[in-house]
Amino acid sequence: MKKLLYSPKAAPYLFIGPFILTFAVFWLWPVGQSFLMSFQKIIPGEASFIGGKNYARLWNDRLFWLALANSFRYMICTLLLLIPVPLLLAVLVNSKVGGSRLKAVFKSAMFVPALTSVVVAGIVFRLIFSESGFALMNSVVEVFGYGPVKWLKNDLTGLGALLTVALWRWTGVNMMYFLAGLQAIPEEYYEAAVIDGANAWQRFWYVTVPNIKPTVVYVVVISVYGGLAMFMESFMLWGGNNSPMNIGLTIVGYLYRQGIEKNDLGYASAVGVVLLVVVLAINLTQLTASGMFKKEDK
Amino acid sequence: MSAIGRPDAQRRPGGIGQPDGIGQPAPAGRPGGRHRRGGLPLTVFMALVFGAAGILCLVPFWAVFVGTFQDGNMLIRNGLNLKIDFSQANFDNYVMLFTDSGNYFRWFANSLFITLAQTAGTLLVSAFVAYGFAMYEFRFKTALFICVLVIMTIPFEMLMLPLYIQINNMSLSDSYLAIILPFLASATTIFFFRQYLRGIPRDILEAGRIDGVSEYGIFFRLVLPLMKPAIAAMAILNAMASWNNFLWPLLALRSPDKYTLPIGLNTLLTPYGNNYELLIVGSFFSLIPILVVFLAFQKFFIEGMTAGAVKG
Repeated sequence: MKKLLYSPKAAPYLFIGPFILTFAVFWLWPVGQSFLMSFQKIIPGEASFIGGKNYARLWNDRLFWLALANSFRYMICTLLLLIPVPLLLAVLVNSKVGGSRLKAVFKSAMFVPALTSVVVAGIVFRLIFSESGFALMNSVVEVFGYGPVKWLKNDLTGLGALLTVALWRWTGVNMMYFLAGLQAIPEEYYEAAVIDGANAWQRFWYVTVPNIKPTVVYVVVISVYGGLAMFMESFMLWGGNNSPMNIGLTIVGYLYRQGIEKNDLGYASAVGVVLLVVVLAINLTQLTASGMFKKEDK
Repeated sequence: MSAIGRPDAQRRPGGIGQPDGIGQPAPAGRPGGRHRRGGLPLTVFMALVFGAAGILCLVPFWAVFVGTFQDGNMLIRNGLNLKIDFSQANFDNYVMLFTDSGNYFRWFANSLFITLAQTAGTLLVSAFVAYGFAMYEFRFKTALFICVLVIMTIPFEMLMLPLYIQINNMSLSDSYLAIILPFLASATTIFFFRQYLRGIPRDILEAGRIDGVSEYGIFFRLVLPLMKPAIAAMAILNAMASWNNFLWPLLALRSPDKYTLPIGLNTLLTPYGNNYELLIVGSFFSLIPILVVFLAFQKFFIEGMTAGAVKG
């Protein structure tokens, strides 16, 4: 036995063993179970096969579509905000103008929000977006002559609050991604462009933009996942999974409501399977496009 | 030098490989520097942009700090603002936090314990697995590595329900094992370590074998010490994720005396606002450890947090 464990043939499997075990026990098997459950009606202690009825119910469930629409709307808004703003800031930080100490302090300040847990961020922003005329956001709108706004009771202002939290927490992180991408562009490209007579705008458009594209693609991909999976921000901002008229209900929140709160495991599994298929489809597209399946050169 | 990962890996974010550069290589001998154009107006403009963005980022921290001096009833009625009303301000919340018989410091200790145990365990197990992927050839290696990539990119939220059911079936619910065990072989950490290890020549294995060191001895005695910078970056990433982890412990834990800090704070957020004193000062205190560690190891934080983009 000991000899087998120590043989170079068995060694690789022993090294990756923990992963195989974890993958099988905590991902593959549960997901398979969940797939089966999505065809069942489950009441505690009893499961019966009902074919595709859970999926049919899903298709006709207005709340499911609302949750899906909310998640997609949030995801698209985060893309529109969290790509251009951090990119612009990163370009400014990367430029030769301005003191390096100022930039170092700025980078740290931008990064600090990412350290907070979603719980603390949610608590703070919930109180900042309070209905009271004294709360921070209402004092701000008062300067412009508007009365107190019930931020968390209206659809669009609620979305605005969610986006504020997202912008606050992730601008700094995305800026760091872009900065790393910008710093990887060789200096020579810019020098060559200058020799060719390119002005600042042309240098940005013809040198910076094409070279930063892979980083942008990466940030778009993680933002798509993050946006579609958003749940905790809404959970904290509304102090639970229930918001007025379900304005804060996301697709994961719907999964949580059906599976955990209502304990309707069969139906919730169907919701989960649909989501997983959507995410896996995005996943495979991205992996194929980035050439991950090609044999890696060593 | 602080290189996390091989230098070339570091310079290639995006994971999609380097696009073809445009323009020809510059003639040699032009000392560096992009171009000092724009001068003073641009510098002022930048100082304004940086100042405004930086201050906006720090405003919520100031708001919570100011909130710690306010009465709980005031907080629920008025929300948070930036002004300190000195006639009302007091240290009652702090006194309450340290004298209250509540569970706050218990949660704090639980969080600290889970963070340490989870980080240490994850680093060791993931380094072990990454070494297997980086240094050996074996059957199904590509297929298994694709599994790592797929898990890495599926948001946990999409898998929480099957995992929740599985933990209940295994009678692990309401235990710290439920929180730690499923994530010991962490896909992101494995991936990062494996990229790093690919920069270490395999000759080191041969040399070790010739000297009669076992396969595991090579890993523990020769390779692990070489991984220190990568381990530092991943330690920060994992510790932060663990300290801030909310959704999974919320599903897995039931007894209040086992709660972690985020779960505990969340229970104080009731519609009646009777706990807002503790909520606000507790939130403020939960930020302190992470801020202290951030100030000490800033560089590793940024490298760890943005590690996902580094796919050499």
